[in-house]
Amino acid sequence: MSTDFFILMKSELSLVLIIFLLLFIKVWDGIKSNTTLLHLTNVLLLLHFLFGFFINSQGELFNGMFYTNDATALEKNILNFGTLIISLQSFDWLKTHKHLLEFYILLLSALLGMFYMLSSGNFLLFYLGLELASIPLAALVNFDLEKRKSAEAAMKMILSSAFASGIMLFGISILYGTTGSLSFSELPKLITGETLQLFSLIFIFSGFAFKLSAAPFHFWTADVYEGAPVSVTSFLSVISKAAIVFVFISVLSPLFIVAQSVWYMILLLTIVLTISVGNLFAIRQNNIKRFLAFSSIAQVGYILLGLSSGNTAGSTASVYFLIVYIFSNLGAFGVISLVASQTEKENIEDYKGFYQTNPMLSWIIAISLFSLAGIPPTAGFFGKMFLVTAGAGKGNYLLIGFAALNMVISLYYYLKVVKTIFIDKNENPLPEIKGSLSLKLGLLLCVAGIILTGFISMLYQYINTIFTF
Amino acid sequence: MNEIGLTHILVISTLLFFIGVYGFLTRRNMIIMLMAIELILNSVNINFVAFNKYIYSGKLDGLFFTLFITAIAAAEAAVAIAIIINLYRNYKSIDINDADSMKY
Repeated sequence: MSTDFFILMKSELSLVLIIFLLLFIKVWDGIKSNTTLLHLTNVLLLLHFLFGFFINSQGELFNGMFYTNDATALEKNILNFGTLIISLQSFDWLKTHKHLLEFYILLLSALLGMFYMLSSGNFLLFYLGLELASIPLAALVNFDLEKRKSAEAAMKMILSSAFASGIMLFGISILYGTTGSLSFSELPKLITGETLQLFSLIFIFSGFAFKLSAAPFHFWTADVYEGAPVSVTSFLSVISKAAIVFVFISVLSPLFIVAQSVWYMILLLTIVLTISVGNLFAIRQNNIKRFLAFSSIAQVGYILLGLSSGNTAGSTASVYFLIVYIFSNLGAFGVISLVASQTEKENIEDYKGFYQTNPMLSWIIAISLFSLAGIPPTAGFFGKMFLVTAGAGKGNYLLIGFAALNMVISLYYYLKVVKTIFIDKNENPLPEIKGSLSLKLGLLLCVAGIILTGFISMLYQYINTIFTF
Repeated sequence: MNEIGLTHILVISTLLFFIGVYGFLTRRNMIIMLMAIELILNSVNINFVAFNKYIYSGKLDGLFFTLFITAIAAAEAAVAIAIIINLYRNYKSIDINDADSMKY
C-alpha cells in the first residue's frame, strides 16, 4: 500500500516537492539573482518532465478516488512539456520581475490541480482539482498588479469561473440525487436517461463549456487573454484548455452513453456556434492576443468536432491535435511574449515590417500561424485532418462541409497577419529584438515540434493504442 | 403533507439557485455578484444534504461534498475579494460597468 501510494501519485508528489522547494527558497531569501532562480526552476521542471517517463504503473488509490493508467501518464507528460516550454519562454519577462517565485508557485499549483483533475475517479476529487486549477490562475491573471487591464481581466475570470463551477455543482448535486453515486466508474451504469438526469448532465456540460471557452460560454475568454501577462495567456490558452479536453474525453463522454442522440445534438449546436463565433470575431481584432483568443475558440470547435464521433478515433485525434496545438500556439505566443516584454507593443499594426528587422522571429510566428491554419507541411494539417475524419465517422456531411468552409475563412485572417509581418512596408518598424538563450530554446522546441510531429506516425499510433481498451 | 418532505427542500434550493443566477446577471456591484455566487453554492449544499438525509441515508458522499464546497467557496471569495480590492485601486470603483476598458 505505502509504496503504491508513492508510485501512483509520483507526478503529483514531485510537483508538490518543487512547489515547496520554491516556497522555502522564497522564505529563505538566499538567492538574490533572478537569472539563477530561473535556471534552477527550469532544471527542476525538466527533471520533473523526465521523471514522468519512468516507473509508470496502473492502479487506483483511496477506493477508486484516484487512478492512474497509461492515458493519464501520457496526458500529464504533455502538460508537463507545455509548462516547461512556457517557463523557458517567460525567461525574458521574468528576469527583472521581483515576484518571480510567486509566479512559479501559482503556476505549478494550477498544474497540480489539473493533475488531480485528470486522475480523479470521483466527482469530489474532480471538483477539488478543478478549483485548484482555476483559483491560482485568476491570481496569475492579475500578476501585473499596477496595470488596469490585468485587474479587470482577473475580475472577469474569477467571477465567471466561480459562476461556471456553481452551475456545474448544481448539475452534480442533481445527478447525485437521481443516481446516489459520485464515482465515475459506477455512474454510467446508473444513468438511465430520465429527464432529470439529462437536465443535470446539461448543467455539467455547461460548466465544462465555460472552462473550455466554447460558444455560447466564451465571453470571458477574449478579455482575460488580452488583460493577462503573455506567459499567463499562453498557459491559459494551451495547458488549461488541454487539461479540460482530456477530462472531457475520460469523464464527460462516458456519462452520456445512454443518451447518444441528445449528446450529439448538444455537441452539434456547440460546434457550429463555436467555430463560427471564433472565426467571425477573429477577423476584426486589432490586438494580437485577442486575435489568438478568438482563434483558440475556433480551434476548440474543431476539437469538439473530433470528440463528437465518440469513438477511439475521435479521442486519438483530439489528443494528437492538442499536442500539435500546444506547439503551434506556444510558438506564436513565445514571439509575442518576447516583443511585449521589450517594447510593450501588442497590436497587429505594430508588427508591420517586422520581417525587415527580425527575419527569424517572423518565420517562427509565420510557421506557427500556418500550423494553426492547417497548411500541409506543418503538423497542424495532419491534426485537423484526423479530427475531421473522425468527425465524419458520424455521417453528418453537412457539419463536415461547414467545418471545411470555416477552415477557408480562418486561412484569411491567419494569412492577413502573415501579410502584415512580411509584405507591409513600415518606415520605423519594431527594433531588432534579442532574446535570451532560454527563450530561443523554447522557440526551437516549438518549431521542431510543429515540423516533426506531423511526420512521426509512431506518435499517433502510440496514442491510438493507449485509447483502445 | 403535514411534515416537511424532500420536495419542500428541493423547491427552496431551486429557488435559491435561480435567485443567485438572477442576482449575478442583474446586479452591477462586484461584491453583490460574489454574494449571488455564494447563494448558488449554498443551494447546492442544501441539495446534497437533503438528498443524503431523505434518499441515501446510509451514504456520506453528499455530506462530505458539502464540507468541501464550503471550504472552497471561502478560498474563492478570498481571492476574488483581493482581486476586487486591487481593481478598486486602479479604477476607484467596484461597479462592473466602470471596468470596461476591454470590449468586443
